[in-house]
Amino acid sequence: MSVLILADQTEGHFKKTALEALSYGAKLAEQLNTTAEALVLGTVNEDLASLGKYGVKKVHHAANEALNIVDAQVYTKVIAEAVNATGANVVVLSHNNTGRAIAARLSVRLKAALAPAAVSLPDTSDGFVVKKVVFSGKASANVSLNTDIKIISLNQNAFKIAAGEGTAEVVSLNISVEPGKIKVTATDKVTGEIPLTEATRVVSGGRGLKGPENWGILEDLAKALDAATACSRPVADSNWRPHHEHVGQTGIAIAPNLYVAVGISGAIQHLAGVNRSKVIVVINKDAEAPFFKAADYGVVGDIFEVLPKLTEEVKKLKGIV
Amino acid sequence: MKILVCISKTPDTTAKIAFKNGNTQFEENGVQWIINPYDEWYALIRAIELKEKDASTVLHLINVGGAESDPIIRKALALGGDEAIRVNTTNLSDSFYVASQIAEAAKSGAYDLIFTGKETIDYNGSSIGGMVAELLDLPYVSLATKFELNGTTATITREIEGGEEVNEVPLPVVVSCQKGVAEARIPNMRGIMSARTKPLKVVEPVAADTLTSIKSFELPPPKAGVKIISTDNMAELVRLLHEEAKVI
Ligand SMILES: Cc1cc2nc3c(=O)[nH]c(=O)nc-3n(C[C@H](O)[C@H](O)[C@H](O)COP(=O)(O)OP(=O)(O)OC[C@H]3O[C@@H](n4cnc5c(N)ncnc54)[C@H](O)[C@@H]3O)c2cc1C
Repeated sequence: MSVLILADQTEGHFKKTALEALSYGAKLAEQLNTTAEALVLGTVNEDLASLGKYGVKKVHHAANEALNIVDAQVYTKVIAEAVNATGANVVVLSHNNTGRAIAARLSVRLKAALAPAAVSLPDTSDGFVVKKVVFSGKASANVSLNTDIKIISLNQNAFKIAAGEGTAEVVSLNISVEPGKIKVTATDKVTGEIPLTEATRVVSGGRGLKGPENWGILEDLAKALDAATACSRPVADSNWRPHHEHVGQTGIAIAPNLYVAVGISGAIQHLAGVNRSKVIVVINKDAEAPFFKAADYGVVGDIFEVLPKLTEEVKKLKGIV
Repeated sequence: MKILVCISKTPDTTAKIAFKNGNTQFEENGVQWIINPYDEWYALIRAIELKEKDASTVLHLINVGGAESDPIIRKALALGGDEAIRVNTTNLSDSFYVASQIAEAAKSGAYDLIFTGKETIDYNGSSIGGMVAELLDLPYVSLATKFELNGTTATITREIEGGEEVNEVPLPVVVSCQKGVAEARIPNMRGIMSARTKPLKVVEPVAADTLTSIKSFELPPPKAGVKIISTDNMAELVRLLHEEAKVI
């Protein structure tokens, strides 16, 4: 019995999603009175023992270079072997772009019930019930995992990273890795920007900004807030902004601590992707805009007047001149 | 070339989300049903484009669902595709069960390509494609934003952590599609007419396990109400975000 957490790495480093999964898995192990162990695949440039500070006792490391490419088929075989070798009965991984593909395959391979897009620790008072997002954020479902082995793929920004003291024992895992069928011929990483799904603060623009040439004032605010930028669907469809910034029911779903909506009306399809944000600020000149009903703070006014003033005040607070 | 596109039936994006029977069931009363947008706009349309390029392509659609799925299956056939298969079951809450049905149909069809949408907009599981791939022991490329075919090799751009990656993979392969793969279309009159006579085969489900069950649903707690801050007092907004909301 143990909780095995896939600490996913990108180019040798652990991202926020990995630390969230580790913190969640450690807390879960505590709840189940068992130990949390991490699984690291591929070449890493970080001190693995220090993952102990997130609450894991052991780190199993399969350093095979073939694992630097995340091919879900290859990963699934390796993780399944690690589950068998460690006797884990719960597997935790991040519901990020690559994690969700692995989770689905692993569920079949291990015949293990899967809770995708999970947002809570399980309720174990009667079975093993995990809360997950459904209806694109408009509701949640309590899903009962009815098999001996359980898989939880944890939504991003759903669990707070908890770092304490501690070092983990690092064990190397000797697993033979069959090469996969997928060949990676090019990689294009968005550098410098904060990935939207990982961002704790997001400033998002809608048609109210009138055109791509006006995004400067939005980017200024985002920069002052150390926030990522996002947009509504028509903005991406008109190519004012790149597609990967499109949030909503048919774009990406995000749950940052702060979401600032600038010139976005708040259509139901837009809200579906952002309504799990902890705090929502809406700036819109129309007091009747539906977004105000979903907001915590609102400013009824013209973007071009309000935004520069807001940016100034944020800079003052942060001591940026 | 044989392509199978998985089509799911979901509530319209503006549907009111409510639950009944002690929050254990979705309230379907008054709900309009649509083809899951990711399945329609991206997976299906890309498959139709491939058939337009190579007329010898055989394009099948599959839905796991009851007779209430028929209207959305006909709509999908109006966009394109040669025939549809419906696996007749209303046991839809467990992804493993649903994926097992698709995998079974896919086995007998010997498809080169199996397309799904990125996820459904109701269950948001993002699981069916990966499960079908594992059941068939095929490679799986998830979250595709571009898809090209060169003979028996697919070149697929997919979203990974913090960027994109170009994959080359031999067929057969399972691919989950999202924005970028194709542009949404609307069916034309000829499509709508011909859809009526295209075969819609109803098959009975095979025995498969269910690994999960939904105990209950919850709606998010209502917002406390918006605090309006005057445009000439942005200092106050910043103070509230810093001291009250503690998010900056
Ligand atoms: C099936 C389906 C799926 C969809 N999926 C999505 C999705 O995923 N994401 C998404 O965003 N949309 C989605 N939509 C579209 C959605 O319905 C809305 O049309 C869209 O969100 C509107 O974008 P907007 O708010 O930027 O534009 P608008 O609705 O045009 O709103 C612009 C707002 O800006 C305000 N404004 C204008 N000028 C100023 C100014 N100078 N100062 C201050 N405020 C100003 C206006 O008052 C208005 O409220 C979907 C639609 C459908 C049918």
